[in-house]
Amino acid sequence: MSSRDKIFSAIRKNKPEPVPFAEPDASVVISYPDLFEQFKTVLTAIGGSCIEVSSAAEANKLIAELEKGAYVIDTTADYPENLASLSPGLLASVDTAIIRGLTAVAENGSIWVTEKEMVNRLLPFIAQQLILVIHEKDIVPTMHQAYEKITINETGFGVFIAGPSKTADIEQSLVIGAHGPCGMRAVVIKN
Amino acid sequence: MKDHATLAEEFIKDEARTNWHDETLWFVRQKRDKAAHGLPEWEQLREWASQIKNHTLSNMDRYLEEFEKNALANGIRVHWAATAEEHNRIIHDIIKKNGITRIVKSKSMLTEECHLNHYLEEQGVEVVDTDLGERIVQFRHEPPSHIVLPAIHLKKQDVSDTFHKHLHTEKGNNDPTYLTRAARVHLREKFIASELAITGVNFAVAETGGFVVCTNEGNADMGTHAANVHIACMGFEKLIPKASHLSVFLRLLARSATGQPVTTYSSHFHKPKPGQEMHIVIVDNGRSNILGKPDFRNALKCIRCAACFNTCPVYRRSGGFSYHTAVAGPIGSILNPNFDPKKYSDLPFASSLCGSCSNVCPVKIDIHDQLWKWRQALTKAGYVPLMKKIMMKGMAFVLGRPALYRFSGASARWVLRYMPFMVKFKINPWYKQREMPAPPKQSFREWYIQNKKK
Repeated sequence: MSSRDKIFSAIRKNKPEPVPFAEPDASVVISYPDLFEQFKTVLTAIGGSCIEVSSAAEANKLIAELEKGAYVIDTTADYPENLASLSPGLLASVDTAIIRGLTAVAENGSIWVTEKEMVNRLLPFIAQQLILVIHEKDIVPTMHQAYEKITINETGFGVFIAGPSKTADIEQSLVIGAHGPCGMRAVVIKN
Repeated sequence: MKDHATLAEEFIKDEARTNWHDETLWFVRQKRDKAAHGLPEWEQLREWASQIKNHTLSNMDRYLEEFEKNALANGIRVHWAATAEEHNRIIHDIIKKNGITRIVKSKSMLTEECHLNHYLEEQGVEVVDTDLGERIVQFRHEPPSHIVLPAIHLKKQDVSDTFHKHLHTEKGNNDPTYLTRAARVHLREKFIASELAITGVNFAVAETGGFVVCTNEGNADMGTHAANVHIACMGFEKLIPKASHLSVFLRLLARSATGQPVTTYSSHFHKPKPGQEMHIVIVDNGRSNILGKPDFRNALKCIRCAACFNTCPVYRRSGGFSYHTAVAGPIGSILNPNFDPKKYSDLPFASSLCGSCSNVCPVKIDIHDQLWKWRQALTKAGYVPLMKKIMMKGMAFVLGRPALYRFSGASARWVLRYMPFMVKFKINPWYKQREMPAPPKQSFREWYIQNKKK
């Protein structure tokens, strides 16, 4: 008997009687009077920062003026044709990555980004600084509404990113910038 | 082999360090409270999570089949391991087949349970642990002492000494930022060069055939997206039915673990990137056996947040190594006796049965009830030391006879008052590293009889 069969037969023999369950009901969870304010407060508290702009054009102008270092990859604009196959060694020297986010979550400051927007899966993790661009209308109150809005298997990989990479493994002292971005900014387009 | 009490005795020899350990973990527990109290629906969330897990356990075969079918359709290769040895062998075979030498691994308690690193080392394969805490303990040839905070038993000077030796950092520079930056440079080199990345799994979703991995450092992502082969390892109990259920578990996990609203990265893997191989190894290793025990099966609901560790008065004051196992703390004390009742017969006794673990558990595991049930099961099976058995029998004899109980109480108070040397000596385990209490003037019964008419 294969291990697969062995495991299944043991589970079938030992599992308890079927237990029913209630599907979670998003209508009974917390809501916030101002989703943008809540998102901004939480993202700032977890080490990120949040900049609001009134239009996509203003976002471009603002991002152009930000200090970003020499090597910038902006997947919201023109980016290298070979980005998807760029080696980790080359990506390691990216100073700033700019990527569009699809959904933002007010309760925890996170932003959903998929493989389609990042083009190369490693990019948002290996860049020294990360800028995510989102629309205010895409901010939802909690993870319940987020999962209603997104389709997790729409692409091969997707991630909620909440702030910069961090660790507290040395005596519980918080250090921003563990392996990935040392800074994470959300640019929120208000209209 | 040394038991919990003996190992704890070694840990608490350094009083200042013990106090630091105790207070630091209590601080993490307080952060958890603050995060939990921030959500009016917290108790509802726990109830949802508990129900979803109970439901999944009771339909595990059906959901595993669904997961397998969808994962295969996604292009993920699915492996089944009945035992720890088989899990290790499957991974080694993939390594051999691809001729791989450079391997990175993010945190996975399952691979600790299976002693994967040790197994691969014996086959001449080196694995680099990439979670900062795990890298620190790996340099020191120690296991993690906590499932979420692997190096919580160490102080920054220990880390500084370790990094000075292995990464040539400045001697005596204890600055956590300086040390973390040194690890960043070292580990980014490892990520870039890696050919294979091993990760754990926080949640696997039957409906979509994908899985979620949560980290704060981004180490799981740095490894998996750089390497051409990704192996994810999971115990089958990590499965949940639907994507929408992730909302419940991700809302609970980080808040329970560290008080964060969510981990920095919650990564959802469904398909390998072009040219990549993605494997998932689904492990039993005794879990199907636990599923058959009505008293103990609900420990399989655990999502490894470690809230029960941080709140436990015994864990905080005895340290992870005193549990002599990969998963320590209260949850480890009810899981491990399933795997080896003799070896872990001491663990259910490493508790005050205060019940705090059950109160903070995000999936409502009846941890303290199980600890109590394990004590009975292990005693019945003959795994409890003779001395403890005799003491218990003696206690039962005295407690069952009120007159004798009153006499014993009065004698004990008399002895503590007039002949303290009778109890303050080394053989009395209650006197070790403790002060004996001042004896009360009267028993509660005497006080009650005297005062009830007032």
